[in-house]
Amino acid sequence: MEISRRQQPNTPTSKNKPTLSPAQMLKKGLFYTVLILGALVMIIPFVWMLSTSLKTSGGTMVLPPQIIPEEVNWSNYQRVTEAFPILRFLWNSTLVAALSTIGQLILCSMAAYAFARLQFKGRDALFLIYLATLMVPTQVTMTPQFILMKYLGWTDTYQGLILPGMFNAFGTFLLRQFFLNIPRELEEAAFIDGASHFRVYWQVILPLAKPALATLMVFSFMQSWNNFLWPLIIVSDTEMMTLPLGLANLQGRWATDWNLMMAGVVISVLPVLAVYMFAQKYFIQGLTMGGLKE
Amino acid sequence: MVGDKGFKKFLVICIFLLPNFIGFIFFIGVPILASFGLSFTEWDLISNPSWIGIEHYKALLGDEEFRSAMFHTFYFIAGYLPLVMSGALGIALVLNKKIRGRVFFRAAYFVPVITSWVAVSLIWKWLFNPTYGLINYGLSLIGVSGPAWLHDPTWAMPAIILTSVWKDLGFVMVIYLAGLQGISPTYYEAADIDGASAWQKFRNITLPLLNSTTFFVLIISLINSFQVFDQVMIMTEGGPAGSTTVLVQQIYKHAFDYYEMGYASAISWVLFFIIFGVTLVQMKLQKRWVDYGN
Repeated sequence: MEISRRQQPNTPTSKNKPTLSPAQMLKKGLFYTVLILGALVMIIPFVWMLSTSLKTSGGTMVLPPQIIPEEVNWSNYQRVTEAFPILRFLWNSTLVAALSTIGQLILCSMAAYAFARLQFKGRDALFLIYLATLMVPTQVTMTPQFILMKYLGWTDTYQGLILPGMFNAFGTFLLRQFFLNIPRELEEAAFIDGASHFRVYWQVILPLAKPALATLMVFSFMQSWNNFLWPLIIVSDTEMMTLPLGLANLQGRWATDWNLMMAGVVISVLPVLAVYMFAQKYFIQGLTMGGLKE
Repeated sequence: MVGDKGFKKFLVICIFLLPNFIGFIFFIGVPILASFGLSFTEWDLISNPSWIGIEHYKALLGDEEFRSAMFHTFYFIAGYLPLVMSGALGIALVLNKKIRGRVFFRAAYFVPVITSWVAVSLIWKWLFNPTYGLINYGLSLIGVSGPAWLHDPTWAMPAIILTSVWKDLGFVMVIYLAGLQGISPTYYEAADIDGASAWQKFRNITLPLLNSTTFFVLIISLINSFQVFDQVMIMTEGGPAGSTTVLVQQIYKHAFDYYEMGYASAISWVLFFIIFGVTLVQMKLQKRWVDYGN
């Protein structure tokens, strides 16, 4: 036992041993069992979602529950899209998330350039004010923002969905920190060649800041895509609903038709899941960095 | 900077900063101040707002619903925090080893993080279905007759806590993984030579060196969990019998169901001061927190 403990993993030396003792094999087996059980707990809810979305109404009320439905019923998807403008929700979500992301990338990177590279009076004080607002939870601003939207007549509009969320200090903060770490020699050469600030921003800084921009992009896209509270507040017209709000509304209509609801949930989950498969690294980075903003 | 003087310099700064700054003032700055002001007024959006001083804050002290929302929020935190942190640390410890399929497992744990709260809540609401849900079926297999979960005042909050832990596990895990990767393997090598057991290594090397990560995770999760809302709104709407009403829901209810803008603002400032307090504690302790690792 003493020996096997010493040869515990964590150091690459465990690779050098061609055979494992029975105790180690048992340990390893146990280890993988726990790991796989854990992963199952994460995956089964999604499998259950998919399986329910293919059941008939009667099929959802069968005991024991069937993971593979006896009678596969694709028509739920058709029924959901017919009864609810779910494709419209999908389009709304895509448009809102895309525009809000593009807007944030442009606005935040420009302000970040000013904070990191331009010299002017009160710059650092202003930046501190930006930073301080990060501490204020969105629940504080949402009431006045709602009133503002009412006055502007922006409830049930795209600008109402997009604009207020576009201006949070987090993106500016993230990019400024990144810009500060870009060596100045690169742009100084450009300035000597007569480049303007705009060229330096566009052709020197932005290309170098791609990792930070990717992080911000994933974060703001996902934040907007998954946002529930803001659309809930300012949208009442079904045509203007984004996916999360639309899904929440499905609930009111089909409180017990879980097969139809799960079909709606699948439609909302799949697009992001598909992108996630290919850009995992960026998702993990973007969402982790973003989630740490407070 | 280089060569730019006077008006031209001013113009450059304006172009970079103003688009962001104007939006920031309009959608963040003004709403923050307005919300603070509103919290001292009575306003239903129709009649003129009237100044009432700190009456709202006084009223909060005697507001039974607010007190119960506060209690439920703390209840949520008390259940959620230890579970999500210990669970995520456990998974991170396992996934930090050189095991087969590490990338797959990490991805699996992260999928709920990219999924919207609404989708997750709907899936789990169905899983928690007392009669046909997978969870009670699973419990029945081991001879336990499951509770009515979201329909039972005693079990609704635990169900919401479990759902939230499931969704956020991957997020916290990624932060822990980053922390673990920062620990130099030399410590473990030295401990191996001394014949330390796996538990001793965990207790005396891993945990202390993860101090700052743990502290960080604690603060972030604490701030986020004070803002718990989406899952409650979808899964129970605060019920049954008010057993899951939380703080943000009170803000929502007073602002958008009762149109009591002033009272809602007052509650949102209570939320702010809680979060502010947590942030202050963080800043105070962060300096004192010994970081052996880096």
